[in-house]
Amino acid sequence: MAERDIDAIIRVRDVTVQFGNTRVLDGLDLDVKRGEILGFVGPSGAGKSVLTRTIIGLVPKVSGRIEVFGVDLDAASSSQRRAVERRWGILFQQGALFSSLTVRQNIQFPAREYLRVSQRLLDEIMVAKLVMVGLKPEVADRYPSELSGGMIKRVALARALALDPELVFLDEPTSGLDPIGAGDFDELVRTLQRTLGLTVFMVTHDLDSLYTACDRIAVLGNGKIIAAGSIADMKASQHPWLQQYFNGKRARAVVA
Amino acid sequence: MSGDPTLERIAQGEGLALCAAGNWTARFAPALERIVSDAEKLRGSRPHIFIDVSQVASLDTFGAWLIERLRRSLSDASAEAEIAGLSANYSSLVDEVRRVGPAPKAASEPLLISVMFEQIGRTVAGIGGTIIGLVDMLGAVLAAAAKVLVHPRSFRFTSTVHHLEQVCLRAVPIVVLITFLIGCIISQQGIFHFRRFGADIFVVDMLGVLVLREIGVLLVAIMVAGRSGSAYTAELGSMKMREEIDALRTMGFDPIEVLILPRMLALVLALPILAFLGAMAALYGGGLVAWLYGGVDPEAFLLRLRDAISIDHFIVGMVKAPVMAAVIGIVACVEGLAVQGSAESLGQHTTASVVKGIFFVIVMDGVFAIFFASIGM
Repeated sequence: MAERDIDAIIRVRDVTVQFGNTRVLDGLDLDVKRGEILGFVGPSGAGKSVLTRTIIGLVPKVSGRIEVFGVDLDAASSSQRRAVERRWGILFQQGALFSSLTVRQNIQFPAREYLRVSQRLLDEIMVAKLVMVGLKPEVADRYPSELSGGMIKRVALARALALDPELVFLDEPTSGLDPIGAGDFDELVRTLQRTLGLTVFMVTHDLDSLYTACDRIAVLGNGKIIAAGSIADMKASQHPWLQQYFNGKRARAVVA
Repeated sequence: MSGDPTLERIAQGEGLALCAAGNWTARFAPALERIVSDAEKLRGSRPHIFIDVSQVASLDTFGAWLIERLRRSLSDASAEAEIAGLSANYSSLVDEVRRVGPAPKAASEPLLISVMFEQIGRTVAGIGGTIIGLVDMLGAVLAAAAKVLVHPRSFRFTSTVHHLEQVCLRAVPIVVLITFLIGCIISQQGIFHFRRFGADIFVVDMLGVLVLREIGVLLVAIMVAGRSGSAYTAELGSMKMREEIDALRTMGFDPIEVLILPRMLALVLALPILAFLGAMAALYGGGLVAWLYGGVDPEAFLLRLRDAISIDHFIVGMVKAPVMAAVIGIVACVEGLAVQGSAESLGQHTTASVVKGIFFVIVMDGVFAIFFASIGM
């Protein structure tokens, strides 16, 4: 049992998700190993975000089994579940910052709820998180509507990291950022992964991210994982979508 | 638990070693904070102090920051405290938190009393702005209506019908139910009190005048302000928040013409219809109670109603309805477009929409009462 836990931080087995008559995920299996950055790609509408939301527990599944940190989330008691939730952080696609709270309050929110520590420490940790995600402490008292798109992503990442989670879900972290900003963000994820020992589950469309940030790539198609492995494995694959994705014009531009 | 964090003090000749051990992580943050603030008091007690972290089992941002904070507060001009025994895994994390500067001060809360006065001042000063905003919107809606009259093809017929369904058809059950009950209550109370003078039959006069002239339309207008005015504000407000209104504008559409005119028109058509149905339901309810409770049989009720009520009462009620609808609609749209980026702002403006809508409806009712009295209707 213990050995298995070290192997895979997330274990998805035979998961099926259905909306009405459309089967989005069909008997999907996936492992995410401790300490890796897994890039999760696939065509638009293939169900990448659905899988992420299913693992987190926001979308109900028809059948299958999901274990996070070795805990089966369906069988877990509510206190076990909460313990798991404290160990992961989630960056939503649109940031999902609380619009009526300032950046400071957004980042402090999880810590304030879960930890009984002084306001001074909360403020200091908030600044530490802002510095880590590459923002100046001066933005602390702005509201989300006063931030640029890239800043929103960074603040959302800082909030996801608020409780120093072991596992972070990033849903298209670089979408809507300029290439330089996106590159910085990839670099940031890499650095944080090294310094904090994070495991990162990253849904992305960004080829640059796959090349620079990810250790391993999983590809979703027809409700299943059609391939998983390194960039080299992907490029060697004969699957038509993978061929197009990794050896297309844009992909060649990235490599060059 | 064995993983509890500790900080042991070991004297080494002239110096002092602080040996950290256990889990220095977020889970133990409250205990860590206590330990560190105790240790911070050692500042200046020895010429040489260093922090040994070689025994730390796990470290995260919380632990790393607290160690860094301890290091900073133990350092003084003469001697810099040092961190020793840092493993390669954690050195980058400690380097990271070393870059952290002091936290910016949160904007200090001003005094409660001055906040109160400021709020009162702003509200008073805002009255003028509110009225200008309403007149501005009225002008914009009329201009859009004039444009549509010149180019009838640009009229949003589908949208108008959709809103008419939302604010009129779907409101019928609740409006009819409430006005029916109000009619019953007025009638019961009237009979109860008039009976002492043997004037039971005059309840018909009271019911007729009250329902057709005042209560019918006023009650329905208040319900519509709460039901549809708030919906308009919330719809327009969330569209504003998500930049949908800006998107419309950039595509060359006038948001007033596309979004607000159909809503206004639907409301102006809906309120007279609802007011009429409401008045009928109230009369029916009143008649029913007069019959069952007061013993006034339906035929006598109708005869008395025809004698007591002139068509003027009905006209007065119906004339007010579209004007009240316009007031509710304009208030709701102004508030909707004033929504800023946050969820809180949406809530505030929706509340303001309903409160101001009801207030202006009652003010209008008063103005109408003076007007009709002076023309003798």
